[in-house]
Amino acid sequence: MRFNTATSPHTTPATSVDQVMRKVLIALIPGTAACAWFFGWGVLINIGIACVVAVLCEAAMLYARGKAIKPYLMDNSALVTACLLALALPQLAPWWLTAIATFFAIVFAKHLYGGLGFNPFNPAMVGYVVVMISFPREMTQWLPPLLLQTHVDLGFIDTLRLIFTSTPPPGLVWDSITMATPLDITKTQLNLQFSIQDIHADRNHGPLFGNLGGIGWEWINGLFLAGGIWMMWHRIIDWRIPAGLLGMLVLLSNSFALYDYASYPPPTFELFSGGIMLGAFFIATDPVTASTTPKGRWLFGAGIGFFIFVIRTWGSYPDGIAFAVLLMNMSVPLLDYYTMPRAYGHKWSELPGEDKHQDPKQP
Amino acid sequence: MTQLSSFHGGLHLAGHKTLSTSQPIATLPIPARLVIPLNQHIGAAGELLVAVGDHVLKGQALTKPVGYVSASVHATSSGTISDIGEYPLPHPSGLSARCVVIDTDGKDEWLPHQGEPSYRLLHAAEIRNRVRHAGVVGLGGATFPTSVKMNPAGQIIDTLIINGAECEPYITCDDMLMRERAKEVILGADILLHALGTAHCIIAIEDNKPDAIAALRAALKAAADDTQLGDIAVIAVPTLYPTGGEKQLIKVLTGKEVPSHGLPAEIGLVMQNVATAAAVYRAICCGEPLISRVVTVTGEAVAHPQNLEVRIGTPISQLIEHCGGYLPANPLPLSARADGSPSPQKGAGRPVSQGDTLIMANRLIMGGPMMGFALQSDELPVTKGCNCLLIQNVPAASAAMPCIRCGECVTVCPASLLPQQLYWHASSKNFDQVQDYHLFDCIECGCCSQVCPSHIPLVQYFRFAKTEIWHQETEKRKADHARVRHDFRSERLEREKREREEALRKKKELLAQKAAAETTSGEDDPKKAAIAAAMERVKAKKEQSESAADSAPGKNA
Repeated sequence: MRFNTATSPHTTPATSVDQVMRKVLIALIPGTAACAWFFGWGVLINIGIACVVAVLCEAAMLYARGKAIKPYLMDNSALVTACLLALALPQLAPWWLTAIATFFAIVFAKHLYGGLGFNPFNPAMVGYVVVMISFPREMTQWLPPLLLQTHVDLGFIDTLRLIFTSTPPPGLVWDSITMATPLDITKTQLNLQFSIQDIHADRNHGPLFGNLGGIGWEWINGLFLAGGIWMMWHRIIDWRIPAGLLGMLVLLSNSFALYDYASYPPPTFELFSGGIMLGAFFIATDPVTASTTPKGRWLFGAGIGFFIFVIRTWGSYPDGIAFAVLLMNMSVPLLDYYTMPRAYGHKWSELPGEDKHQDPKQP
Repeated sequence: MTQLSSFHGGLHLAGHKTLSTSQPIATLPIPARLVIPLNQHIGAAGELLVAVGDHVLKGQALTKPVGYVSASVHATSSGTISDIGEYPLPHPSGLSARCVVIDTDGKDEWLPHQGEPSYRLLHAAEIRNRVRHAGVVGLGGATFPTSVKMNPAGQIIDTLIINGAECEPYITCDDMLMRERAKEVILGADILLHALGTAHCIIAIEDNKPDAIAALRAALKAAADDTQLGDIAVIAVPTLYPTGGEKQLIKVLTGKEVPSHGLPAEIGLVMQNVATAAAVYRAICCGEPLISRVVTVTGEAVAHPQNLEVRIGTPISQLIEHCGGYLPANPLPLSARADGSPSPQKGAGRPVSQGDTLIMANRLIMGGPMMGFALQSDELPVTKGCNCLLIQNVPAASAAMPCIRCGECVTVCPASLLPQQLYWHASSKNFDQVQDYHLFDCIECGCCSQVCPSHIPLVQYFRFAKTEIWHQETEKRKADHARVRHDFRSERLEREKREREEALRKKKELLAQKAAAETTSGEDDPKKAAIAAAMERVKAKKEQSESAADSAPGKNA
């Protein structure tokens, strides 16, 4: 009786890349639903556009690179990139903006660096930064959330028309539909020497702020947080990156708010405004571009938190997640190298590069 | 000692242990033919003591140990030696090695033997010698000669650890042995304590084996009532793969770490497997050499999984036959399985045909599913290191995706390595880098491969890198040796040339000296002077006679 041989372990792996990515997509559902609830159809239309473009670009690039199309296309990674990117874009971003961002994300940031697993920069954030820098005006087409009086209830068709033809529904103009985000308002008003308290008391701006962060945004962030915790529960992401990121953000914002509560928003506002939870749990935790060592992940997360605070507070953009993530992506090789865990039976002083001339044990 | 520590990582795996623990250990009948490999341990093979045609008795030594790291092998039943030659072994590469083939006579006649139940009267060196000649080796799978590990060699051994963790799924041979032969394990541990001159002993068992723990505790109490035992404690450790790994178990029990490239003895510890302890007991107290062992025959593709007491050298096919043979490709309904284990049909791999029937099994594994190796055939002998035969239907591996750096391998690695960095460097054959990341601390437990979402066969890459590095080291050693030899040769040639030149120069110098002596101080030479004087005289005489002739003109004028 003869058998075929194979090397150990003789077990079936517990999970697969497509399952991991599918779970990420599932974890995105509550936060995405909240986005759609507060901001209307635009969110879902953007996701749809991004997904279609991402899959097409992915297939084209796989074909061009001579890779097996089916297994790579089925790994769901392009869909995750597309969804994250679409959720980061303004709800009424024109279709071509979403398409260009996705194209850059998949073709340039991902495949030109070698495809899945080889890209040093987070593809979704590369795509975002490209359109952020190239099309600043379109990147401000945010809607006021549902709970505000200025919220215009756009139907599916109206939203489609807005996105594809940039034509507002009859009787409305662009400025009456869109408005600045709470982060944006805070930044511009603080620059105009208003205090946080002034802004909150303002007749126009006050209603934008909820109990924690921007109104509506706090729900969205809360549900992305819930999705993130679910992913940690399922060991899809490591808890250290979000913990480092949020911890650093709270530490800095709390210190500055304590120092001058009129000029620096409280930590709750920092945590529940903009895309912080999406960034902390879904974007910064992209395994390919994050650090892989336990200590490196703490530092990676904390570094992103630091840059987010710096850009939000003193930078010229209202939010800085994308830049912060890309900056820390650059430092990953360094972090990985200098934060190697101490291997069993070794001393801390024997980290790599320092015990080069040992004799390998003979069998 | 009750304060347990923990090691980094590890995996909670489904045990599948009840599959083979429902029945007591059965003894396999004597096979018609035994194929006994001469080298079943790490170290040198012994010196052959028998020849073809010899009649041997059960327990008769076939080899005697040669060198320090060596052990005997014995005839495992009585019969006639029909051949001594190369036979395939259960080995990952399927290699062949010298084996003694015994055609058994069925009498199973023992060589007269006698043990020494009062082992405390024996000197440590005498115990070691008996263990060495009884062919006892590490039965956990490593097969390192036990007598060597029983020699503290100047180091002070503080604690002896008897490893009954048995952390790999499916394997239950140690579990069943502890349940049924607890006394042998306890006394074997006491013998080892006595031989090592060690005060404390811990018998560590994973807490998924409550029966074994209870049996050992009971046996310990009973034995302590009977005789004066050393300080032996039975400790339950949490079930977590790979707790049974030597380094991991040491960390759990003592909180200490074995230094990289070092041995447990360096931190005052020695570890032996429970089955080894029982074998030591039989060798010392009963005088029986190691001629059989308990083997777990299990898996979803064998009819009646169970544990068997098997003579070394028995063909594996016979064990499987005894366990009801391979299951056919259409498995029995759930109710027909003894323990109701789930049908493995879901996602099953391609079955293999046995004669004209299809069988479910497509892989025969020696050892457990995590670290065992797949055998090419079941026509191979059971060896001392064979703890388990796992008959499985393993689905074909899916194609590996690129590493997405998720870091799960880092999370589970029990050696605190960075498997994905190791993989990165191993796959690009960066063998210096791969050693910087401590490749040689990898214990090949398979945790990283198991959790990899990209299905990268990580352990395979690490084995490849290790063998490549060993190969390179051997090549380098050979090259170094050749270079040294070459250097010596050129040095020698150079020296010979120098010496020749020196000799020539000396000769020339001597000649030159002679020549010089001739020209400058010829008179000094008495011989020459004599010759010269003689010649002078002859000349003078001649002149004289000529002048005399001239002075007598009138004679003929």
